[in-house]
Amino acid sequence: MFSVLEFAVERYNYWIVIILMMTGLYTVITRGNLIKKMIGLNLFQTSVFIFYITIGKVSGGTAPIYVAGDMEKLAGVKEGAHGPPASDGASSDNEASLHGSVQPTPNRLDGGANVRDGASLHEPPADANSANTLNGSAADSLPDIEGAPYGSGAVIDTVYSNPLPSVLILTAIVVGIATTAVGLALAVRIREAYGSIEEDELLAADDLAEFGAATNSDGAAR
Amino acid sequence: MNVIEQLPVIPVIALLVAAPVTILLPNGATGRTPYLWATLVSWAAFAACVKLLATVAETGPVSYSIGDWAPPIGIEYRIDLANALVLTLVSGIAALVAPFSLPSVRSEIDLRQINLFYSAFLICLLGLLGVTITGDAFNVFVFLEISSLSTYALIALGARTDRRALTASFNYLIMGTIGATFFVIGLGLLYQATGTLNMADIKIKAADAAGIGMIEAGLAFIIVGIGLKAAMFPMHLWMPNAYAYAPSAVTAFIAAASTKVAVYVIIRFVYSVIGSEFAFVQAALTYILMPLGIAGMFFASLVAFFQADVKRMLAYSSIGQIGYMLLGIGLATKAGLAASLVHLFNHGLMKGALFMAVACVALRVGGRSVDAFRGLARRMPFTASAFIFSGLSLVGVPLTVGFISKWTLVTASFGADKPWAAFLIVASSLIAVAYVGRLIEIILLREAPTTGPFAGPVREAPLSMLIPLWTLVAANVYFGLDTDLTVNLATRAAEALVSVSGLPR
Amino acid sequence: MISPGLAIALSIAAPLAGFFAVWALGKFENLREAATLAAGVVLLALTLTVFVAVGAGERPGYRLFEVIDGLTISFRAEPLGAMFAVVASALWIVNSVYSIGYMRGHREKHQTRFYMCFAIAIGSAMGVAYAENLFTLFVFYEILTLSTFPLVTHKGDAAARNGGRIYLGILMGTSIGLLLPAIIWTASLTGTTDFVDGGILARASEATKPIAGFLMALFAFGVGKAALMPAHGWLPNAMVAPTPVSAFLHAVAVVKAGVFALLKIAIYIFGLDFMRESGAGAPIVWIAGGSILLASAIAMHRDNLKARLAYSTVSQLAYVTLGAMLATSMGAMGGAMQIAMHAAGKMTLFMCAGAIYVATHKTLVSEMNGLGRTMPYTFGAFALGAASIVGLPPMGGSWPKFFLMLGAADASQLAMIVVLIVSSLLNVVYLMSIPIRAFYGGEAGNGPTSIKEAPLLCVAPPVFTAAVAFTLFFMADLLYDYLAPIVGG
Repeated sequence: MFSVLEFAVERYNYWIVIILMMTGLYTVITRGNLIKKMIGLNLFQTSVFIFYITIGKVSGGTAPIYVAGDMEKLAGVKEGAHGPPASDGASSDNEASLHGSVQPTPNRLDGGANVRDGASLHEPPADANSANTLNGSAADSLPDIEGAPYGSGAVIDTVYSNPLPSVLILTAIVVGIATTAVGLALAVRIREAYGSIEEDELLAADDLAEFGAATNSDGAAR
Repeated sequence: MNVIEQLPVIPVIALLVAAPVTILLPNGATGRTPYLWATLVSWAAFAACVKLLATVAETGPVSYSIGDWAPPIGIEYRIDLANALVLTLVSGIAALVAPFSLPSVRSEIDLRQINLFYSAFLICLLGLLGVTITGDAFNVFVFLEISSLSTYALIALGARTDRRALTASFNYLIMGTIGATFFVIGLGLLYQATGTLNMADIKIKAADAAGIGMIEAGLAFIIVGIGLKAAMFPMHLWMPNAYAYAPSAVTAFIAAASTKVAVYVIIRFVYSVIGSEFAFVQAALTYILMPLGIAGMFFASLVAFFQADVKRMLAYSSIGQIGYMLLGIGLATKAGLAASLVHLFNHGLMKGALFMAVACVALRVGGRSVDAFRGLARRMPFTASAFIFSGLSLVGVPLTVGFISKWTLVTASFGADKPWAAFLIVASSLIAVAYVGRLIEIILLREAPTTGPFAGPVREAPLSMLIPLWTLVAANVYFGLDTDLTVNLATRAAEALVSVSGLPR
Repeated sequence: MISPGLAIALSIAAPLAGFFAVWALGKFENLREAATLAAGVVLLALTLTVFVAVGAGERPGYRLFEVIDGLTISFRAEPLGAMFAVVASALWIVNSVYSIGYMRGHREKHQTRFYMCFAIAIGSAMGVAYAENLFTLFVFYEILTLSTFPLVTHKGDAAARNGGRIYLGILMGTSIGLLLPAIIWTASLTGTTDFVDGGILARASEATKPIAGFLMALFAFGVGKAALMPAHGWLPNAMVAPTPVSAFLHAVAVVKAGVFALLKIAIYIFGLDFMRESGAGAPIVWIAGGSILLASAIAMHRDNLKARLAYSTVSQLAYVTLGAMLATSMGAMGGAMQIAMHAAGKMTLFMCAGAIYVATHKTLVSEMNGLGRTMPYTFGAFALGAASIVGLPPMGGSWPKFFLMLGAADASQLAMIVVLIVSSLLNVVYLMSIPIRAFYGGEAGNGPTSIKEAPLLCVAPPVFTAAVAFTLFFMADLLYDYLAPIVGG
């Protein structure tokens, strides 16, 4: 049975993201203190990090690291697999076949597939096999073992989370730290130049500097 | 492995190596070493980009797999005509601003910071080239932030002349980061819907992705995010101050290059990542980009007229000109897209020349307010005439690039059965006539100030500044006569973008 | 003998060479002026070469280069353009001689810049005359505007700045805001901007008919140089310029370029037949008629001689516009002839006004009582010029009026015949009254004993052009035969 409530609760990760994001944006816009603005900005960015991480997570899934057992199973499958066993993931024709074999698998682990099927994001896919089917971009971390098996229906019991969003967000975190550093450095310089980091005081100081001559002479006259 | 095969990656790699090296170079008493180094490197990047453009024009799109990981899994650098054109523009402007910059930079920036300045300049160029060259959507974000971060630093360097550079830079940082984060959200949604980050691959997968809502939301976030970077009306608030208070040479570079790259990203995402065959993309073009473009054209041009600071005036004019590009994109025809690309290129030439001329005035007269331009024709004849020529180009006088832009845009509007758009374009360019004409009158007919901060004898700008300035002015005229490179290539580029994307006409 | 095609290219290049020569010789006044005159003589020789070739039935052309696909800067001479080029280049020599006298007499500043701008201006007028397509015409039209701007603002004071602002504002505003979209619209409807016998819009699809009137209005007001009311404001305001510049604006090139462009657009873009069928010109006919009468009425109330002449020009230009919009072959013929005849007449009047100013420093008509007796040559020439403008035989100016009336009759626009007659009467009142006042009026207040005839260089040119205006009366049939091909005769 489908209800609005269910729909909303299933996507609780979005709600967390949205609440965090709005808190961050609100802080950026309403606070006059430059440091507080930076904090808001960080909050805002963090919400996006969480968003990325949650879309890659499969509930019950582990980090995409092959354990010993899996390797044996794969090795077994490889014997019967059609096509030559792939050993060099970087060779381009192998990539093509890899890509081709990934494509037709219907239930990819990319979140979008899950959501549009109306299934919960965090419900483990019914078919563990397909859960393994890392999408094209994600596959670059494991090219040499997954070349052949999926097309031939190998079975691995372990469920993996999609690592790619985490990787992406590592990059974004680095960018975020750099931004924060530049922002804070600017705040320091502003404090040196103006003696304040309150936005309204900065504006007042600028106005004074620009139209200051008139105000000063008036003051002197009085 | 020969050099030509590696060509696509050369501009990025060379700059990536060269930028940190710049920090290590000694400044000496003049800062000449980092200056010469930056000039050399930017020329090398320009040469590589020109070679790329020639290759692409001859043999079609070039694809390069980073680390030999084939796309869509590995990161792909993909150069077709559209981005080859932008690459050439960006690196060309850098190759002119670099040799131009030293006298201006020395007068506006602490000598100890000169090597840091050039390092940041090269990093900024690296980011802009990277955004343009890459075929991977997430890579766009990374390079965008590389260029933005260095731009924040470059703008803040203007603080020695005017401390407002610091607040301008801080505001830009806040807005720019919000924009970039929106962009990342959009990418995340696209990734969620399609499961890939390679642009061409997103295009293929988006076509049969059932979760259309997610793609819609993704596009919305991307347009807002990049719109902030492109100073698309009404998200332009950071721009006038950032342009006005940045060191003059920096303004010349970012005004000519960085917003153009952002517009390019909009074109890229609308046409070749998502594809305009979606009804919602068409709607976004017609009901969002075009109205915002038109509003920007009028609003910003009107505001420009009332500015007392020439750099601010030109900044507002840039916002208006971005409006033309958005209008061209919003027409959603091949001709409109081509016109937009042409204007993107041409506007880089005009604004580069105008801001360079302002930099010369700021150096010699000592200010950038309208008063500093009084009687300029007699005080600095070469700078003044360069400003007038590029100003006329901005207005769209025949035999300049501005006219070519206007002609192609208006033709595209008629071609798209929107004659009213054509009249709006010419009407808003009449406002440009007013604000450029006002300045030309001041340059030509007013007497030079005899009292106040701008009085006193003024020398013509040094040759090292005049030569790049006039090279750009000459380009303004040359590309106004010979449109092989601009119009023809842009039309072909638009054809390629549209053929992927199934647009009418 | 050089080929006519090359002569066309050279007639653009000769003034350009003059420009550089004037620049290089700026320090040596006599050589500089010699360069200007030499360029003028060479130019006249070149335009005459083209004129003769066109008369022999040739249509020489020269293609400079292609800007965008299908958009070329190229030239092709046809009778109308060849005639305009000869008129402009001949009057330019006269005007140059006159400028030398005037500028030296007044010790004006920046004379080198003045002659340099003049050279560019006449070169661009040649470009307009020989343009093969609307695009080329537009390009040179804009250069003409820009190169005359420093001339208009030559004095550099507040009044000159203001006049210059209005001049540039109206001319650039109309050309960019109305003419450019009209041209591009035409290009996108027809796929070309070439001037073709019979018109290009006529050959385009039926869909162009409903918008033809709108398009024509865009053209008529977009060509601001034609000074069709209410886009005439720049012309009286440009009067702040030195007199040679006024003469150049009113007689030699600028306004002539405007009405010439309108005629060409009517004949070669719309085609007279298409204009009649679609009724594109009909509303403009009335505006032109109104313009004729209104401008004459305003002229009557102007005491400043140059302002009066300016409004007279607005009125006379509307004759050409009227001729073009009547869309009959006689109307177009009248318009074409009016370009040449008015040029000779108005040139005379302006140079006389300048000569009066040089000799007496008087600018108001009311101060000119009795001056004719001390300045007989100047006012004699003025009387002849005025008679030509009014349209009194045996002056050249009578022919265009005659053809325009025929044209109006052909188009069954009887009201326009009335307009033409009334306008001629008004002309008599406000123009002929001046020499009458000068010759027969009482003494002008305090004794004019110090007043002498103006210097020879200022008097000879108007006398010469007055003689030309007279001669043209007897050459009208030659001109008619020459121009006949443009109206399909």
